[in-house]
Amino acid sequence: MRETRGFKIYRGVVLAVLGLFVLIPLYVMVTSSLKPLKDVQGAFTWWPSNLTIAPFIDMWKTVPLARYFVNSTIVAVAATVFSVAIAILAAFAVSRFRFRGRTTFTTTVLSTQMFPGVLFLLPLYLIFVNINNEFGLQLVGTRLGLIITYLTFSLPFSIWMLAGYFDSIPRELDEAALVDGCGPMGALARVVLPAARPGVIAVAIYSFMTAWGEVLFASVMTTEANRTLSVGLRQYSTQTNIYWNQIMAAALVVSIPVVIGFLLAQRHFVAGVTAGAVK
Amino acid sequence: MSVATTDATTAGPPQKKAPKKAGLEHRPGLRRWLPYALLAPAVVLELFIHIVPMLVGIWVSFVKLTRIYIANWSQAPGAGLGNYKVAIDFDNAVGEGLLKSFGVTIVFSLVTVGLSWVLGMAAAVALQPAFRGRNLVRTLFLVPYALPAYAGILTWNFMLQRDTGAVNHVLNQLHLTSDRPFWLIGGNALAALITVATWKLWTFAFLTLMAGLQSIPNELYEAASVDGAGNLRQWRNITLPQLRPVNLVLVLVLFLWTFSDFNTPYVLFGTAQPPAGDLITFHIYNASFLTWNFGTGAAMSVLLLIFLMIVTGIYLLVTGRRSRRA
Repeated sequence: MRETRGFKIYRGVVLAVLGLFVLIPLYVMVTSSLKPLKDVQGAFTWWPSNLTIAPFIDMWKTVPLARYFVNSTIVAVAATVFSVAIAILAAFAVSRFRFRGRTTFTTTVLSTQMFPGVLFLLPLYLIFVNINNEFGLQLVGTRLGLIITYLTFSLPFSIWMLAGYFDSIPRELDEAALVDGCGPMGALARVVLPAARPGVIAVAIYSFMTAWGEVLFASVMTTEANRTLSVGLRQYSTQTNIYWNQIMAAALVVSIPVVIGFLLAQRHFVAGVTAGAVK
Repeated sequence: MSVATTDATTAGPPQKKAPKKAGLEHRPGLRRWLPYALLAPAVVLELFIHIVPMLVGIWVSFVKLTRIYIANWSQAPGAGLGNYKVAIDFDNAVGEGLLKSFGVTIVFSLVTVGLSWVLGMAAAVALQPAFRGRNLVRTLFLVPYALPAYAGILTWNFMLQRDTGAVNHVLNQLHLTSDRPFWLIGGNALAALITVATWKLWTFAFLTLMAGLQSIPNELYEAASVDGAGNLRQWRNITLPQLRPVNLVLVLVLFLWTFSDFNTPYVLFGTAQPPAGDLITFHIYNASFLTWNFGTGAAMSVLLLIFLMIVTGIYLLVTGRRSRRA
């Protein structure tokens, strides 16, 4: 590509148009969260009539946001921890061992990733209800049910991505660890994992984002007791007033942890996500 | 020294199927059961959350499962192909609704995938040569992707409000409309859906295409420049063909995601979906959980799965054949 004048004009136009497209909603989100209620109930304005942080305080009272926050945090953290641990073990097996069923496993797991969630939702709901009836283990309306579901959602991609990372680590390093007297698990813990740290971080962020942002299953599997943010934020609009300023404040607050995490690790993450499409 | 040479021999294109006996496999006892033990947790979970529910879903599509039988589903009476007949009987309300929803979803997916690809490509090409601030722009463009889906969609929900939203405000200021159109009910709902879905999705296309562009050797462009090819010709003759493998996967993935998009309609419309924005996943969801008619919902899900499998199969066949010929 040569940077001709034509190209520079093209770049300017593309960046301006897409920049506005991306930025306007983010701008609206931030400024609206600093507006008094009357501003979001009247005609739209680009700037608050008077800047206020009241929405960030009131949002905790209008709905039990703190409880949703706790639920989402517990669910997402637990799902991430288990998902990453299980994915590491599976990826290690796929990357370092040749065994019967290996290809079947990888293709089956990957293909489940492609199926629409609504396909599993209804049967899974039925299975959960019937497990409760048979064994008294409550999975609908509990955090446990969400954790199990979400950690499985991120598994296929995590296994696949980690196996790719592990493959890029020379096997000679494993051998060295074996010579030093480590077992295979020792080689995993002392050699493979430290070398694959960027991959593990990326997978952890992916798992967390998946659990933190999931809407479909949360809308069916949660009751007031285990409601997560993704559904909880809708409660602001079922009241007689729609507190758009508080909704925007809450949306901003729940986004900050994931956006920061994502942007900090974006290089690893982007490499992992796109490797799939490029391969 | 010897380590360096072995490194060099194992380097090269990363291949998953390295048939060489890896160090861990020298131990005969471990070799047999350890990989299965390592896989066990993942397999159990996949079975429990994905595979078994899918089989149950197929079974449910053949029985009359209404609210009464949810807790004791083994007693649900068989329905044969009844649920399927209801789902595709386009003369009655259920079948007609499904057909309309299917049509809406097709339009929605094609337009959203097309727009996302065009925007992603435009941005990726614009950012191809380095310039000051490129990383900043790239990071900014990533934000819609990093944001939890519902947070972004809620913001759009607010912006698309008829009387208090930013969209109508801007349209009025630019004198594009004199009245205030509804966006979340009525015929404009599809346009609203497409806009919001594209806002979230184009970033992924951008990311993938940008990674793909980086793998194109610069010499190709240099050689073309020497031959006097302009930027547009270079894009057509170098960038597009080189990105072909990336594009093939990207478009399929975008389509599968878009076709089964639930978040956008659900967060945008709630349970009162306008017919013009009644995407298929959302339609099945409402058919199942608002009417508690699980059998019909399951039959619709199975039909959706079959459709997606057929589309994927045809797509892979057609693109595979063309690749071989090329």
